[in-house]
Amino acid sequence: MSNLFKIQAAQIKPSITAKISAFMSANTLLVVGGGIFLAIVLVAVLAPWIVPFEPNKMNFSDKLEAPSLEHLMGTDALGRDIFSRVVYGAQTSLVIGFTVLAIAMAIGVPIGLAAGYFGGRIDMFLMRISDVFLAFPPLLLPITITAALGAGLFNAMLALAISWFPWYARIVRGSVMAIREELYIDAARAMGVGSIRIMFRHALPNSWTPAIVQASMDFGYTILAAASLSFIGIGAKPPTIEWGLMVALSRSKFLDFWWTAAFPGLAIFLTVLAVNLLGDGIRDILDPKHRSDR
Amino acid sequence: MVKYVAQRLLMMIVILCGVLVITFALSRILPGSPVEMMLGHRPTQEQIDLAKAELHLDKSIPIQFAYYVGDMVQGDFGKSLRTGQPVLDDVVERMTATLELTTIAVILIILIGIPIGVISAVKQNSISDHGARSFSIAGMALPVFLVGMMLQMLFYGKLAWFPLQGRMNSEVLLDYEFARVTGFYLIDTLLAGEWVAFKSAAAHLVLPVLTLTLAAMAVVTRITRNTMVEALGEDFVRTAKAYGLPKNKIYFGYALRATLIPMMTVVGLTYGFMLGNSVIVEYVFDWPGLGGYVVGAIVKNDFPAVMGVTLFLSTAYLLINFIIDLLYYVADPRLRAV
Repeated sequence: MSNLFKIQAAQIKPSITAKISAFMSANTLLVVGGGIFLAIVLVAVLAPWIVPFEPNKMNFSDKLEAPSLEHLMGTDALGRDIFSRVVYGAQTSLVIGFTVLAIAMAIGVPIGLAAGYFGGRIDMFLMRISDVFLAFPPLLLPITITAALGAGLFNAMLALAISWFPWYARIVRGSVMAIREELYIDAARAMGVGSIRIMFRHALPNSWTPAIVQASMDFGYTILAAASLSFIGIGAKPPTIEWGLMVALSRSKFLDFWWTAAFPGLAIFLTVLAVNLLGDGIRDILDPKHRSDR
Repeated sequence: MVKYVAQRLLMMIVILCGVLVITFALSRILPGSPVEMMLGHRPTQEQIDLAKAELHLDKSIPIQFAYYVGDMVQGDFGKSLRTGQPVLDDVVERMTATLELTTIAVILIILIGIPIGVISAVKQNSISDHGARSFSIAGMALPVFLVGMMLQMLFYGKLAWFPLQGRMNSEVLLDYEFARVTGFYLIDTLLAGEWVAFKSAAAHLVLPVLTLTLAAMAVVTRITRNTMVEALGEDFVRTAKAYGLPKNKIYFGYALRATLIPMMTVVGLTYGFMLGNSVIVEYVFDWPGLGGYVVGAIVKNDFPAVMGVTLFLSTAYLLINFIIDLLYYVADPRLRAV
C-alpha cells in the first residue's frame, strides 16, 4: 500500500530532472539554439583568455597560411590569426544586436504607447510617419541613412535602428489599444493619474511580452544587416573586428584562400542560426498563438 | 472600383511625400554642404553665393523643400558628382540590369518557393516538410554575400561552369552587336538572333539570380507554409473534407485560393526584399545595375546619386505594392461588395 502511494506521489509531482528533460524534448530547437547562443556569449566574454594571438597583430612572414594546429583557421592577407579575430568578432556582433534593438525600442515603444493610448489623430499621425519608414525596400534605408551620417559602425547601428523602430511602434500600439478600455485604466484615470504615468506604469507592462518576442526574432536580422553594411564598406572600419568586414577584406583573395572568407562567414551563420532558433522558441513559449508553426 | 483605386492611389502619394521628406532631411544633414562638394576646394565667396542661389539654399527650409519636390517630380535628381551626368540618366541606364536580375528571381520564387511552401503545409511533419523547414531555417541565417561568394567558389573556382562576375564577356559584347530594345540582355540578344551573346548573358545571370533566389526562398517558403497551414485549418476545408471532395480539389481549388491574397502580399514583400538585397548581390557579382551604382556612389560621397537611386527604388517598391493592392481587388470579392 505504501509503495503504491509512493509511486502515485512520484507521478503527480515529477522530479526536477524529469521536468527539465520534458521541457528539453518539447523545445529541442530552443535548447539547441540557446545552448549555442550561450556558448557564443561565453566566447565573447572570455575572448582575451581564449585567443592564442593578438587579433590585430600583423605578421607578414605568416600571411595567408592555411588552417593548421598553430593557426586553427589560418591567417589573413596581413598575417593575422583568423581564429583570434573570429573570437573577438563575437563581441562586436553581440554588441551590435543589443544596441540596435535597444535604440529601435527606445524610439518605437514610446511612439507606439502614445499612438495606442491617445488614438484618433495622434495615432493616425504617428502611424503614418512610421509607415513611411517601412515604404523603403529593406536594407536600402539603412544604407542611405548610413551614407548620409557618414560610414562607421555606430552610424550603421543608428541607421538600422531608425529603419527598424516602426515594427516596435506597431506592436506596442496594438497591445495598448487592446487594453485601453480596461477598467483598471479607467480607474487610474478617474483617480487623476496623468497620461504619461498611465502609459508607462499601466499600459507598458502589458506590451512588454510581444515587444520582447519581436526583439528576440529580430536579433539575428540585425546582426545580418549590420554585417551586410560592413561588407559593402559603410559599417565597421578597421581596427574594429567585425565578421562582415572580415569577409569583405577577403574578397580579392578568397578564391585561392577560402579560409579567409569561410570562417568569419560561418561565424555569422552560426550566430544568426542560434539566435533565430532561440527567438522561435521564445515566441512559442510566450505567444502560444503561433504554435501552428511547429 | 474607382473609389478603391483612388483611395490606394492617395495613400501611395501620401507615403511618397513622406519618403521625400526623409530623403530631403537626409540630404540636409550631410557632413559638408552640397555647395562645397559641388565647387571643390577654396571657392570664392561669389561662387558660393551663386551656387547657393542655384540650389535655393538661401531660402527658408519649407521653400527649399518645395523646390526639392518640384525637381523630383520632374525627374530632376540632380547631377552625379562622379559621372557628371544627370542622375536620372545614370539610373535609367542601369535600371534594366537590376530589373532583369530581380524579375527572374521573383519568377523563380513564384514557380519554386511557393509550391514548396504549399507542399510542406499539406504534408505537415513529413520528411519533405522537415527538409523544407530545415532549409528555410538555415537559409534565413545565411548572409547573402556569403551565399554569393560560396557559389563563386564552387561554380567558378572549382568547377569553372559559370563566369565570376559581370553581365557579359567584354569580347562578346564587342564582337556581337544587339539593339537594347528592352534592356533585358536575355531578350535583346534573342531578338537580334545572336546566340553567342545570348549564351554569355544567360551564363552571367545564373549565379547572381541563384544567390537572390536562395536568399528569398527561405523566407517565402516559411511564410507560404504558415499561411497555408492556417487556411487548411479553416472550417470550409473541414466541410469539403467531410463531403468527401477529392484532396487535390480541396488543396488547389479551395485552400490555395484562400491563400491567394496573403500570397500576393508575400510576392510584394519578396520584390522589396530582392530590391534591397540586389545592392549586396550586385556588389558581389560586379553587376552593372543600380545596387553596384549606389555602393560606388557612397564610397565616392556622390550624394545626389545615392538619393536618386533610393528615391527611384522606393518609388518602384511603392508602385509594386500599389499594383498588388489592385490585384487584391480582383482576387477578393469581399472588397468589391463594400
